Amino acid sequence: MNAPEKIYGLLAEFSSDKAILAAAENARHAGYRHMDAYTPFPIDGLAEALGRRKSLMPLIVLLAGAAGGLGGYLMEWYANVRSYPLNIAGRPFNSWPAFIPVTFELTILSAALAAILGMLALNRLPELHHPVFNARGFERASTDKFFLCIEARDPKFDLAGTRRFLATLAPEKISEVVR
Amino acid sequence: MNPEAKFISPDATLESVTEQISAIVLTQKSPRSWWLGATIAFALLMLFFFAVAWLLYRGVGIWGINIPIAWGFAIVNFVWWIGIGHAGTFISAILLLLHQQWRTSINRFTEAMTLFAVACAGMFPLLHLGRPFVFYWLVPYPDTMGLWPQFRSPLVWDVFAVSTYFMVSLIFWYAGLMPDLATLRDRASTRRKKILFGIFALGWRGSAAHWQNHQSAYLLLAGLAAPLVLSVHSVVSFDFSVAIVPGWHSTIFPPYFVAGAIYSGFAMVLNIIIPIRKIYRLENLITARHLNNMANVMLATGMMVAYGYIMEAFMAWYSGDIFEQFMMANRAFGPYGWIFWALMLLNVLIPQLLWSKKIRAHRVALFLVAFAINLGMWVERFVIVITSLHRDFTPSAWGMYVPTFWDWATLFGSVGLFLTLLFLFIRCLPMIALSETRKLIVESK
Repeated sequence: MNAPEKIYGLLAEFSSDKAILAAAENARHAGYRHMDAYTPFPIDGLAEALGRRKSLMPLIVLLAGAAGGLGGYLMEWYANVRSYPLNIAGRPFNSWPAFIPVTFELTILSAALAAILGMLALNRLPELHHPVFNARGFERASTDKFFLCIEARDPKFDLAGTRRFLATLAPEKISEVVR
Repeated sequence: MNPEAKFISPDATLESVTEQISAIVLTQKSPRSWWLGATIAFALLMLFFFAVAWLLYRGVGIWGINIPIAWGFAIVNFVWWIGIGHAGTFISAILLLLHQQWRTSINRFTEAMTLFAVACAGMFPLLHLGRPFVFYWLVPYPDTMGLWPQFRSPLVWDVFAVSTYFMVSLIFWYAGLMPDLATLRDRASTRRKKILFGIFALGWRGSAAHWQNHQSAYLLLAGLAAPLVLSVHSVVSFDFSVAIVPGWHSTIFPPYFVAGAIYSGFAMVLNIIIPIRKIYRLENLITARHLNNMANVMLATGMMVAYGYIMEAFMAWYSGDIFEQFMMANRAFGPYGWIFWALMLLNVLIPQLLWSKKIRAHRVALFLVAFAINLGMWVERFVIVITSLHRDFTPSAWGMYVPTFWDWATLFGSVGLFLTLLFLFIRCLPMIALSETRKLIVESK
């Protein structure tokens, strides 16, 4: 790291999804690791181009769904078999077919809650403020501009050198992101 | 109808579409028709509050219900609203998994419609409880009375199915909305709006790492919501089919209820979207091809519903059960026979017009057909609930049901609740999914 304390990183602005994808791949080949791209819509392969591993979401959702389903069935069993057994039309206390709908619903409910909460947790949201918001023109990241930010904490980061590197990617604009 | 017609007009750019949609919320003045509609909706909402207040004060005796017809309008309205709430998640989840791109410009809107319809639906069983303030007894929790819900009862399944459906629809809707709230935050003209949208956007900044988790979560939610859509109305139908009442006790109910739900859901989407695309000039995003596709879905599900009607009649005859046979004859020719024939007209005959390309392309005609289906689906639930109950096994237990003013007031009042929420949604949130539309624009170039 070779940058003043108050610099968060360097932000390069592009105007198409293809340009940002190519820029991300180039930056990775050039040896940069601590970087992120900001885009107005999800671009397939961009996270991989930046060197991100696969998302943990499927695993989280699977585990939560399994826990919700098992927990739901266990609750029904405890309520209607152990805690307060009721004879309903002579059916067995543990009448599993009748317990399936609630088990199913609780599987889906806990998996869905895990999906949204897990997504927020993995993304460390809510985080209402972030240094990139300081960059001029960054509000276009939610409309039609695509940004690549190489962060100052990257070991290869060097204010002048990284700026020169970003210029080779032919961005529309390069700006410093202040903390 | 030209099959090559695009789902989005070819001159749309990222900036133009973003501006078009966000301007409705941020800068445009509401058109006069918004004020007119919102005023009517709000007046109906007041009627709803009035009817509910009187109900809480006097009890369910103000309705026309009696013994044997203990389930009156409350259950008819419940099933009707829940059915309407099916199109949103069907469009969002199942069409997403099937890679149907035409869902993109209508999914946000229909998801909101789903939420509001399920909110209306959820009111009715609670109001029908007689003592709504103890509704929480339906929820399993270790209470001081040492009691638990009876989990073999479809009515308890219903509580879980409807509340799960509401929660999952809300989560799905919000997950899709987050990036668009960030767009509104970034484009907001005043500080107040910036702060408000900023809070709800949770600091979304479109990071590639965020999108990766977001897309994964969104797809998983779609996968979870898809079986859920099919399960909700199946569970609602169990409320009927698990009972032994002739006209209810039938194995065809779950699939036939689900088809009917999607049928009425699409009809409601068309009834709302046809005026809206005209008023807000969204014809470039919600194209004639969207309307045509929705009409086709209605035609297909309408045929399934018609098959359900035929099978009900056939099984009544084929079963050899005199009570079932009497039920069918009474349904068609008994005191409520005219309602049955109205149902056949509204739900089976009129929708056959959709075979014609001209009707599917004609907005007024399509609106009217969809309206007939909405009425028809309400009538269908009336036929199922009331005509089945009013003459069951013993003639000494027969009765008649006549809705009172308060029955109608709660029905129209709930329409007011639905429309008020919808008008507020149109005014306060982007009604078309911005980030997904951007992706569609880039991909179709």
